[in-house]
This record gives sequence, structure tokens and C-alpha cells, in this order.
Amino acid sequence: MKTYLELFLAFLKIGAFTFGGGYAMIPLIEKEVVVHKKWVHKDEIINLFAIAQSIPGAIAINTSTLIGYKVAGRRGAIAATSGVILPSFVIIITIATFFSMIADTPAVKAIFLGINGAVVALILMAAKKMIQSAVVDGMTLMIFIGTVLCVTLTNMSPIWVIVLGGVLGMVSYRQIRERKKPL
Amino acid sequence: MIYWDLFVTFFKVGLFSFGGGYAMIPLISSEIQRHGWLLESEFVQIIGIAEMTPGPIAVNAATFVGYKMGGIGGSAIATLGVALPSLLIVLFISSFFFKHSENIIMKKVFYGIKPVIAGLIFAAALSIGKSALFINHTPSLNQINFKTLAIGIIVLILELKTKIHPIILIIGSGILGFMTIFL
Repeated sequence: MKTYLELFLAFLKIGAFTFGGGYAMIPLIEKEVVVHKKWVHKDEIINLFAIAQSIPGAIAINTSTLIGYKVAGRRGAIAATSGVILPSFVIIITIATFFSMIADTPAVKAIFLGINGAVVALILMAAKKMIQSAVVDGMTLMIFIGTVLCVTLTNMSPIWVIVLGGVLGMVSYRQIRERKKPL
Repeated sequence: MIYWDLFVTFFKVGLFSFGGGYAMIPLISSEIQRHGWLLESEFVQIIGIAEMTPGPIAVNAATFVGYKMGGIGGSAIATLGVALPSLLIVLFISSFFFKHSENIIMKKVFYGIKPVIAGLIFAAALSIGKSALFINHTPSLNQINFKTLAIGIIVLILELKTKIHPIILIIGSGILGFMTIFL
């Protein structure tokens, strides 16, 4: 019982103090879980972060679930995940309640005039970083352009484009390896 | 009914988003449009708020959209939906992922999925930009919202040239936006 509570509180703290989501949480999780609580070894946490990024879902939730599971099994996973979610949940509900009352005032409208510009810039930057790591050859460039055209010009669901991308990856990755073999 | 819709929608978002953070934005955006739940301009505001508050962006966005559509119950259901796929995957099939995280199949699949995610984020920047940068959200030259555009360009330059934290950039752009009242 003590471990569950400790896991819950540790991840509650992580959820409450990291801004900017998944990747921003990694250093804080490392400090709390490896250095402070010594639940997971330094080498192992890198593996857990890698798995968290390769399974579907929010990275923060994946990481907490994996660490919770590793430390105290299924209930540990639930304790850690609840902990990491709770602060956002309470804060957002408070803001949402308050926000609907002030959203139409001229001051708030002007503030969001500025914030909206920043949000577009930040998403563009996220796209740039992702392009740099994902578009590595002609095939991936084609998949990238195809995706942009598909979702901007048609009503195709992103889910199908993701599935298609995975299938194309399976097929074309093999071709690249075969082409390299004779060398 | 709205509870069930919220649950299914955010479960799908959790299940099909790879790479965390900004990678979830296009999926959430397309699902919201499909259901006609929010205006794109409202969604941009939610992303701005999600960035500024602690916790994973996906949880923040799910909580906010859930609250708007179905009050506190709606936000609980949406958050549960977005977190559940991670929890189920870790609890029931994690042994597969633990063994195969470096597996060649995963490598092939991600070779194809990563450029799709890059394309989805880029397309999200275009569509969110359209609603943020144009008055009445109609892209034409005489409808450009120059204040938002200028702030967006400043943030983009700062992102490229400096290491200023995104939260500082968002708060700063909010302050700049507020000051445009006095122009």
C-alpha cells in the first residue's frame, strides 16, 4: 500500500510541475525515479523512455504507466498514471470554468490574438523538428508530401494515413535493405 | 450519448497517436471537426491554454474539450479515454513491446509512420494558421490579421535563434497581444 501511495505522490508531483508535455517531463521523471527514489536503474530508464515513445499514446502517460508497472505491477501502473493525470485535470477544470466567464471580454480576446500567433509558430517548429528526424530519403519525403496533400485536400481520417504509412514503411524498408545487400 | 462519443473519440486519439505532444494535435483537431464540437479558433485557444498549464498536452486538451462538451463528467470520460490505451497496452501486451522494442518490424513500421506524423503536424500548422491568422478565418490578402501574424513571426524567429522556453514565448505573446489594445 505504501508503494502505491509513494508512486501516486511522486507522479502527482511530476504532473504538477512539468510544463509543455511529454518530452519536458523526461528530466523530472529521471530525477525523481532514478536519483531520488531509486526505483529504476539509470540504464533501464533509457529503455523505458524508448518504449514509451514507440507505443501509442501520450508519452507522459506511457512513461508513468511503464514505471508504475515496473515498480509495483498493475496497481502500481494505475497509481502512477492517476498521479500524473490528476493535477492537469484539476487545473484545466478550474480554468475551463473560469475561462467561459471571461472569454468574450476585449482584454482576453486581445491576449489570445497574441497567443494564437505563438501557438502556430510552436506547431510549425514541432513540424520542422519532426521532419528533420523522419524525412531521411526519397520514400519518406514522398510519404510526408502525400500525408500533407491527403489531409489538407481530402477528408481522409489521419488514422488511415497513419495505418497506410506503417504499411508503406513495412514494404519499402525491406526494399532498401535488399538493394543494399549486393554492395 | 455525448459521454460515449467523447470516450470513443479520445480513446481513438490515445490509440493512434505516436510521438506524443504535438503529434496528438492533428488527431484531436480532425475528430473535433468531424463531430462539429468546437470552432477551430476555440481549439487554438485550448492548445494555448494546454501549453501554459502543467501536465501532458493530450490530457489538458482532452479535459478541456470534455468539459466544454459535457461538464465535469465529460472531462473525466475524455481523460479516461485518452489514457486508457496506454494503460491497456502496458498492462496486457507490454511483454511483447519489452522484448521487441528494438525489433526490426517496429523499425520498419516507424520508418513509414514518422513522416506521416511530420506531415500531420505540418498540415495542422496550416489549418490552425488559417483560423488564427485570418479575420473570419477566410484566407485572403485583405483579411490578414497583421497583429497575430507579426507576433507569430517574432516567436518563430526566437524559437529558431534562441533557447527561450515555449511557455515564456506564449506568455510574452499574450502580453504583446494585450498591448495591441492600446495601439
